[in-house]
Amino acid sequence: MEDNEIAVFKKVESIAFSILSPGIIKKMASAKIVTPELYDKEGYPVDGGLMDSRLGVIDPGLRCKTCGAKLKECSGHFGYISLARPVMHIKFINVIYDLLRCTCRECGRILIPQNKIQDYMGELKSIENESSPEERRIKIKEIIKNLKTINKCPYCKSRQQKITLEKPTTFLENEKRISPIEVRTRLEKITDDDCEVFGLNPKSIRPEWMVLTILSIPPVTMRPSITLESGERSEDDLTHKLGDIVRINQRLFENINAGAPEIIIEDLWDLLQYHITTFFDNNIAQLPPARHRSGDPLKTITERIKSKQGRIRHNLAGKRTNFSARTVISPDPMLSLNEVGVPKVIAMKLTLPERVNEWNIEYLKGFVKTGPNNYPGANYIARPDGKKKKITDETREQLIEEIKLGYVVERHLIDGDIAIFNRQPSLHRMSMMCHKVRVLPGKTFRINPTVAHPYNADYDGDEMNLHIPQTEEARAEAETLMMVQTQLISPRYGLSIIGAIQDAISGNYLLTKEGAYSRRDAIDLLLSAGITDFSTLSKKDIVSGKEVFGVLMPPDFNFIGKSKSGEAVIIKNGKLIEGVIDSANIGGGKGLMLRNIHKKYGEAEAITIIEAIFRLGTAVLIKRGFTIGISDADLPQEAINKINDTLAKARGNVEVLTKGYHDGTLQAFPGRTLKETLELKILELLNKARNETGEIVSDYSNKETHMMIMADSGARGNLLNLAQMAACVGQQAMRGKRIEKGYNERTLSCFKKGDLGPEAHGFIADGFKKGLNPREFFFASMTGRDSLMDTALRTPKSGYLYRRLANALQDLKVEYDNTVRDSSRKIIQFEYGEDRIDVSKSDGGILNVKNIIKSVIE
Amino acid sequence: MKNIDIRKHILVPEHSKLTKQEIQELLEKYNITLNDLPKILLTDSAIEKLSVKSGDVIKIIRNSPTAGTSIYYRVVTNE
Repeated sequence: MEDNEIAVFKKVESIAFSILSPGIIKKMASAKIVTPELYDKEGYPVDGGLMDSRLGVIDPGLRCKTCGAKLKECSGHFGYISLARPVMHIKFINVIYDLLRCTCRECGRILIPQNKIQDYMGELKSIENESSPEERRIKIKEIIKNLKTINKCPYCKSRQQKITLEKPTTFLENEKRISPIEVRTRLEKITDDDCEVFGLNPKSIRPEWMVLTILSIPPVTMRPSITLESGERSEDDLTHKLGDIVRINQRLFENINAGAPEIIIEDLWDLLQYHITTFFDNNIAQLPPARHRSGDPLKTITERIKSKQGRIRHNLAGKRTNFSARTVISPDPMLSLNEVGVPKVIAMKLTLPERVNEWNIEYLKGFVKTGPNNYPGANYIARPDGKKKKITDETREQLIEEIKLGYVVERHLIDGDIAIFNRQPSLHRMSMMCHKVRVLPGKTFRINPTVAHPYNADYDGDEMNLHIPQTEEARAEAETLMMVQTQLISPRYGLSIIGAIQDAISGNYLLTKEGAYSRRDAIDLLLSAGITDFSTLSKKDIVSGKEVFGVLMPPDFNFIGKSKSGEAVIIKNGKLIEGVIDSANIGGGKGLMLRNIHKKYGEAEAITIIEAIFRLGTAVLIKRGFTIGISDADLPQEAINKINDTLAKARGNVEVLTKGYHDGTLQAFPGRTLKETLELKILELLNKARNETGEIVSDYSNKETHMMIMADSGARGNLLNLAQMAACVGQQAMRGKRIEKGYNERTLSCFKKGDLGPEAHGFIADGFKKGLNPREFFFASMTGRDSLMDTALRTPKSGYLYRRLANALQDLKVEYDNTVRDSSRKIIQFEYGEDRIDVSKSDGGILNVKNIIKSVIE
Repeated sequence: MKNIDIRKHILVPEHSKLTKQEIQELLEKYNITLNDLPKILLTDSAIEKLSVKSGDVIKIIRNSPTAGTSIYYRVVTNE
């Protein structure tokens, strides 16, 4: 847009759809098309041909003969051809059919008596006012439906004939054809007032306009021809179709003027009808689609708009982005939290425009000198007037000479550039975050493993998208609003969403629980965590793990919290005084330790500390060694005996219950049948037995095993998993009940009919380590398959539910008076969240008044 | 069964009618018209016994998990 142009604002109040009248078609046309030829011998467009230069420009450098504008400035102009004989418009055929059947063949009046018309009109008006135009349309359909059977005109009393439509475009009256001319004269006779009953506004839609007498020709810009490499011109499908129309139309004219026999004229007329029909829609059921010489069907107007590959779904709803890349992701713990590793091949394709100025001219010339095929180079330079030039090995030297102030160099991505990284589904704002580029060898995007959590990513083949903001403003905005560290605190629960994961948690747990190192080793550990200042490390020869961890904390940091097992964790003046560090304090989305660091020292410090904690944890594991084996699930004989006793006792109790059931001594629960009561009691009993075995496992198992360390620190797995491996898998339940499926009165053919025992209904008494017997394995497979199906079916359902919710709530906003309002300023909540608390500014959703007072006093 | 007063149910918060003046103050406080308030149906069982008409404003005092109690206003409408 030019600078001196004045913007005009207008509001769309209503939209009306209408049909082009022959008058309008002629008025808006800038050329009358008379010949099917496209170009003359010299290759220039023929005047009056389909590529007439008055219809717009498609060749660069030329000017439009109608408006004088250049290519891309002129949007094209319509032309028209007058048809030798009128032709039906395929898209209005059903409306015409209704009109013909509901009006008198003699006088053209609607087949409703005058007094009733008034009633109907009143009814229609009130329906439109009260509900929607949609309702009105339904009512009109209803009125018309009843008219088709009337066979006597209430005005001129003439008898009506039966009119049928022979698809696609021929009307028959008593098996005799009505020509489009006759149809048109009948439509002309319909009065303006009667039109309104059919829902047509006679000012913009006269019925006879639905039978074409002249045809509008779309501008050439809508159907540009492509020049092939061989220099040949290939015309658009629409141009081909229009050529057919014009050719047949000319022949029809000539034949009529020469007084040819009626049969020949009729044939040509039908052919013209066919071409015009397929021009609008090439997918009419009864018509063979018009084809190219190669045999594939032409893409005419309807096909351009319709369906997935059509204008609306493909071009309007499905926009695509330039300067973006997509590939598989993999983890790289050596990257910083806010970095993303970009493969070199991608870095050489994605570019960043930099404007040449006095201070960077030599720097930018360097990129151009390297060229497009080496890294770090540049792909294009753009002159101040916007003309773009590709850098090639041949033009490189010359372009370096040309570069002056004001030129733009599109250079390759280099370390430190700003990029926006995204993983679908983008459900929350942390799904799109800004990272700094690190160009790396390889073919995958690399991210710090801790940042996978907000994206909900893993590395089993997940792909992610990368976007490069192209302007200085966009980069600044992305950096200040979307950088990873600005997204640390989740607006959902007010805690750090990023935290240590997996081995980093195990490592810190081991370090702070039992670790003791020589001072040299401690310094080694800290160095691998990226710490170089050891002034806060104790000067003793033997340094405890707690002291090593304390070095990561800011020297004035105070914190009191709880570990996963409920013990106190106390940090005083940056030293870990008491407690072990586990997932409850350094895990993502848990505990206030990371939250408090973020609040007190800011986001930059928070991410360096998270990174240091992560690296320290892994360094500890690397030094110590960490592995699991089957022996981790070993139990002493005493424990095994206890477990067997527990299970045997449970079996005995089930037997007692079933006996009671058969004897009739079992009391039914209120509202339950005897059978249901028994099932509930058995289920409860068996679950209790399994839990008891779990407790035995936790009592007897060796706390030093790495499996237990992972469970205790919260890094991975829990006691239930361990119990299932070591002792007993437990009852397999489907739909909250023991397994009942299978044969008549039994689950598998190896059981007796009516067996109510634990084994016969899916109780797995063995553990995974010992192994399941075939029956147990079968039951485990049943529930496994069931839950797999369930998750596969539920994910898209809940995704759609969430999407609808997000769309419904998306423009709600908290106003300055703390009310929540929608886009029309209506009140939704009088106080945001009923407590006015911005969760992302709170400590886990609550205001810690004690801490606030304390910090104010200090 | 007929004589159950649902207003005494534990899950039904307290509903009361605002006076003309209170309505005026409310609208001024939030700088809104009656149309901008959330709605409650005239036939809602919770306000059945308050003898309300369309255009009245109902004050609802709810228990809130985040704030203890919270106050909400709804305008009575016909549909």
